[in-house]
Amino acid sequence: MENTTSKTLTGSNPKNRLSGTASALINLIFAIYSAICIVPLLLILSVSFSDEQSVLTKGYRFLPETFNLAAYRFLIKDIGQIAHSYGISIAVTVIGTLLSVMVIALYAYPISRSHFTAAKFFTFFVFLTMLISGGLVPWYLVYVQMLDLKDTLWSLIMPLIMSSFWVLIMRTFFKETVPGAVLESAKIDGAGELRIFFRIVLPLSLPVLATVALFQTLTYWNDWFLSLVFITDNHNISVQYFLYKMMMNIQYLSSNPIAMAEITRAGGMMNFPSETVRMAMVVVGVGPIVFAYPFFQKYFVKGLTVGSVKG
Amino acid sequence: MKSLSLPANPTAARTARQFVLVRHLRRFWTFYVMMLPGIVLLVLNNYIPMFGVLIAFKTINYQDGILGSPWSGLTNFEYLFASKDSTIIIRNTLLYNSLFIVLNLAFPLAFALMLNEMKNRFLSKLHQTIMFLPYFLSMIVISYLVYGFLSDERGYLNNTLLPALGLEPVRWYFTKEVWPVILPIINTWKNMGYYTVVYMAAIIGIDEEYYEAATIDGANKWQQMTRITIPLIMPVITIMTLLQIGRIFNADFGLFFQVPRESGTLFPVTNVIDTYVYRTFLTVGDIGLSSAAGLFQSVVGFALVFLSNWVVRRFSRDNALF
Repeated sequence: MENTTSKTLTGSNPKNRLSGTASALINLIFAIYSAICIVPLLLILSVSFSDEQSVLTKGYRFLPETFNLAAYRFLIKDIGQIAHSYGISIAVTVIGTLLSVMVIALYAYPISRSHFTAAKFFTFFVFLTMLISGGLVPWYLVYVQMLDLKDTLWSLIMPLIMSSFWVLIMRTFFKETVPGAVLESAKIDGAGELRIFFRIVLPLSLPVLATVALFQTLTYWNDWFLSLVFITDNHNISVQYFLYKMMMNIQYLSSNPIAMAEITRAGGMMNFPSETVRMAMVVVGVGPIVFAYPFFQKYFVKGLTVGSVKG
Repeated sequence: MKSLSLPANPTAARTARQFVLVRHLRRFWTFYVMMLPGIVLLVLNNYIPMFGVLIAFKTINYQDGILGSPWSGLTNFEYLFASKDSTIIIRNTLLYNSLFIVLNLAFPLAFALMLNEMKNRFLSKLHQTIMFLPYFLSMIVISYLVYGFLSDERGYLNNTLLPALGLEPVRWYFTKEVWPVILPIINTWKNMGYYTVVYMAAIIGIDEEYYEAATIDGANKWQQMTRITIPLIMPVITIMTLLQIGRIFNADFGLFFQVPRESGTLFPVTNVIDTYVYRTFLTVGDIGLSSAAGLFQSVVGFALVFLSNWVVRRFSRDNALF
């Protein structure tokens, strides 16, 4: 990101400069659009800090009528499930990302070496999977019937470890950034391929490793599809899937007046500050990513521009 | 003589081939060990399911298993294309994705060009960071954000905005007509940051001498943009668009599944191939029909990738994907 904005194209020639009005207009457009990007989150944030009663009568608003922490207090009191879901999300994200970066790098290195005569075949082997897929059903059956991974953490990790896209990106990076002469001389000095990989290639490739790690972290953290397909459990669920289930329950209750009445009669929903707690849950669920991403954005941008997939 | 030497030759050839293979493995065994986890995962995730497409031609019952179940020929496909759903899901997938491709090109490109003209470095960085935010949110979170605005009873639109404008509240999740507008807006909102940054990076990479020369020749800003910037980032534009055209038959499952909150009234405008495959398989349980739809999607998608790549190759070889 540093480079993207430091170069300005404005020369001393007036032809190369925007007029004041055009400049102001551009600034205005971006100010409005940036607001559009943030405002939806502010609405959720505001509701989570609102008083349940005012939300019920006045609806969701951008400014809480009375500032109220009841929703968060409720979440803390009932922290069990949330903490558990957070634990699952963190475990899946950390294990998944580490495995993913390792497996991708280990696959990308051999196919980046020109003297490896099977490199072309294995590049195609990974590229082909970007073009053809067997579809949901056979893929599901492999995980559920062949590997018997239903309702396990592995079912949330395994399908996302290997990413053809990142393999090809990393291969391009190794090819272009790691000097072949260095690798050759290391070989002549008697270093084995594994040693070369871990001692020379990996240390030189930290930027691309960081990028893949960040994108995979995001993928794992935000994933709910694998839970939707593989998880039938109600307790061992990730944060995202917890949010999904909550949404479904609200829908079920609001479309089912009888169920709603039953629960109310049983005292279940009586003191449940549902509207605000729901939004507080969303805030808690979004939390880590939104606060962390401005710091890592540099790597995301680098990743997007690290090299084309061509080859 | 000849007839005698014939059987000997293939054997010799086979031995030679084996020898080459052994030598190859002996030389590169470390590479194979390194690639092993990746190969195993690709086989499990991608290659075995590719053979699983034969499910689409079978009537699956769980006693006989996949291989033992009786063949049903094209029955699943006949059933799929006889249903009204098939037209709807194909139409929705193609129309939405076509619109998304246009929007994902027009707006981010315009934004990247404008951002590039922004003199204040801090502001430019700030806007890029903020625009990137929606890209990092999961579709579930986005479905909550949308719900915050569109909810019947408490939504911001029905409670505050529409009454302020003197309009009647709308039951958004039961009004079909508005979703072909809402979904493209959400899609653009989510992806804007990503594509803007990609195009921005391409623009930054252009050598400044082009602009200096153009200025000396008296080209104004607009001419510089249309004659230098856009032609020079054409490869990036082509690749980004080609990647999307190749996936035009694959809808963004999250967008169409989560955001409309599975409202049945909206299915005619929100059901796409991916949601149909999911629902017929895991909700309805019709494994044959679902596989047939999935296979149809894969085959047409594959053909489209090749077709679009072939078209690009004809115009400029360098811009083709492969």
